[in-house]
Amino acid sequence: MKILVCISQVPDTSTKIVLKNNNTSVSSDGVTYVLNPYDEWYALIRAIELKESGIATEIHLITVGKADVEPVMRKALALGGDEAIRIDAESSDAYETAGYIAAYAAQVGYDLILCGKESIDYNNGTTGTMLAGLLDMDYIGFATDIQIESGAALVKREIEGGEETDTCNLPLVISCQKGVAEARIPNMRGIMAARTRPLKVIVPSKITAVTEILTYELPPAKAGIKLVSPDDMDGLVALLHTEARVI
Amino acid sequence: MSVIVLVEHTGGVIKKKNFEAVQYASQIAKKAGTTVTALVLGTVTETEMEGLGQYGAQKVLHIADARLDEFHARAYSSALVAAAEKETAKIIVTLHDIGGRMVAPRVAVQLKAGLVAGALSYPDTEKGFVIKKAVFSGKAFAYVNILSDTKVIMLMPNTFPATKQEGKAVVERLDISFSEKDFVVKVKSVNKVTGEVSLADAELVVSGGRGMKGPENWGILEDLAKELGAATACSRPVADSHWRPHHEHVGQTGGTVRPNLYIAVGISGAIQHLAGVNGSKTIVVINKDPEAPFFKAANYGVVGDAMEVLPRLTAAVRKFKEQHK
Ligand SMILES: Cc1cc2nc3c(=O)[nH]c(=O)nc-3n(C[C@H](O)[C@H](O)[C@H](O)COP(=O)(O)OP(=O)(O)OC[C@H]3O[C@@H](n4cnc5c(N)ncnc54)[C@H](O)[C@@H]3O)c2cc1C
Ligand SMILES: Nc1ncnc2c1ncn2[C@@H]1O[C@H](COP(=O)(O)O)[C@@H](O)[C@H]1O
Repeated sequence: MKILVCISQVPDTSTKIVLKNNNTSVSSDGVTYVLNPYDEWYALIRAIELKESGIATEIHLITVGKADVEPVMRKALALGGDEAIRIDAESSDAYETAGYIAAYAAQVGYDLILCGKESIDYNNGTTGTMLAGLLDMDYIGFATDIQIESGAALVKREIEGGEETDTCNLPLVISCQKGVAEARIPNMRGIMAARTRPLKVIVPSKITAVTEILTYELPPAKAGIKLVSPDDMDGLVALLHTEARVI
Repeated sequence: MSVIVLVEHTGGVIKKKNFEAVQYASQIAKKAGTTVTALVLGTVTETEMEGLGQYGAQKVLHIADARLDEFHARAYSSALVAAAEKETAKIIVTLHDIGGRMVAPRVAVQLKAGLVAGALSYPDTEKGFVIKKAVFSGKAFAYVNILSDTKVIMLMPNTFPATKQEGKAVVERLDISFSEKDFVVKVKSVNKVTGEVSLADAELVVSGGRGMKGPENWGILEDLAKELGAATACSRPVADSHWRPHHEHVGQTGGTVRPNLYIAVGISGAIQHLAGVNGSKTIVVINKDPEAPFFKAANYGVVGDAMEVLPRLTAAVRKFKEQHK
């Protein structure tokens, strides 16, 4: 069984967002880039576990990005995976990203494609669903547990106010979130091995994005907090009723 | 040329956030000089569907196929594409919730349509078709222009309140033939947390952090939640230490909530926690440390010991409810 794990690079969660060029772009000065947590902690680690338990035979990692994403891909390879693929493109929306990944995946043929629930930069959570659509594959989103047995997946996923268990024959696209696996840190052996694992660069044929970001805006600063004495909870309730109008 | 909106339901009951989507779609349609058609799938009463007229839908297309009583991402996508084609819709609206996110992006690629996930505004058609959405987990907003002819908008729930008006939608049956592929994913079992308010949809949330000291203290937090009719949530270390179930964990790596009121008790307010809650309309922070970073993100703050403040707040809410019966 061959698994493809989709990996995006995102600013570290503690990054302060700074806008530039008249608010038309986000500054990357001083920003540390990391593996998108959902891709790393859940999708990639689960793929590695499936290989460790002999269910998967090969794991490929794929990213769409320019050369500056390679360090993050090396970090991913240090955790595990047989080869990494970088599609050399700066995509401007999920439609483009999914298009590039789908074109590559269609050529190779994967039994299972894992991605994260969403990337924490643009918070779309749409790439996985799009991939499944483009590849005419089935899709299970928001997985919290993935078991594979004799060519079929048994997947727990979040639903509103609970959980559902689905079954589906492979091939399948699954988006992963908390529960699917436990985070790991790469060990020295992995880091050494990653150096020799191939990182293929593919030049895609151009896909035209269907959206563009015109400008960005930072949220307005909160207009001063009102402190309420711990002895005056009636006062707090009154404020929540008359001023905030939430109760 | 109408606008089409996907309306989900739970066992035949349509929830408030779907009314929001219908009304949002109807405002867009009004501005474009066209009408709104709502798509309803599976078993729902005529009255429930006609009621969508109160939120601006002129017409409901109803695919009554009972297989759609269960959520099937692929079948729902096929249905939405078929309905959009039938109505020659150029604008398709869904919610940015679990169901919407498993359906709308698939529809978008099928129709080669640009999509905005988590819309926070109406489209501004002055300079194109520009919609605001949150990015970097609420640390910024982006204004996204959809370039394609067909457009898909996933509306963030709890962004525009739905207000009921007079109106009755005309229900029309639509029969489409699904392919076998549409039902390949089989639902084996469903496990709903009953009796509690679902966190993602909750209008009021009471959330606890490490400052609660241990699972044995959660009773006083749950008392407040119960009194308010609120859902309960927690910070990541709380879920990691198994003080609370994992589905309650909110933040960067957990769930995202956007309630009208978020009460954070004994949570320091780390940026990764804020990422999951900063869309809340009003934030109340209860913390014994006046320097806790969460106070910077809060509308109301109480500097005090949670163990003392929580029971007092619960009592105050109870008193308020007595007075406002
Ligand atoms: C990549 C990454 C992702 C992360 N994702 C998440 C996430 O999704 N969600 C999340 O929550 N965290 C996340 N974290 C962890 C986050 O950085 C914080 O460590 C975490 O939110 C702290 O939880 P806490 O506020 O409950 O605990 P603490 O930081 O320990 O804060 C406890 C607070 O309680 C107060 N307190 C103590 N006693 C009392 C009392 N008696 N009464 C009132 N107040 C009291 C203290 O003053 C303190 O402010 C993530 C971290 C990383 C690196
Ligand atoms: N540039 C990218 N390269 C590879 N995979 C990506 C990229 N962007 C997003 N993904 C995958 O798609 C998931 C959802 O991302 P998004 O739709 O951008 O929120 C991520 O968790 C990744 O698994």
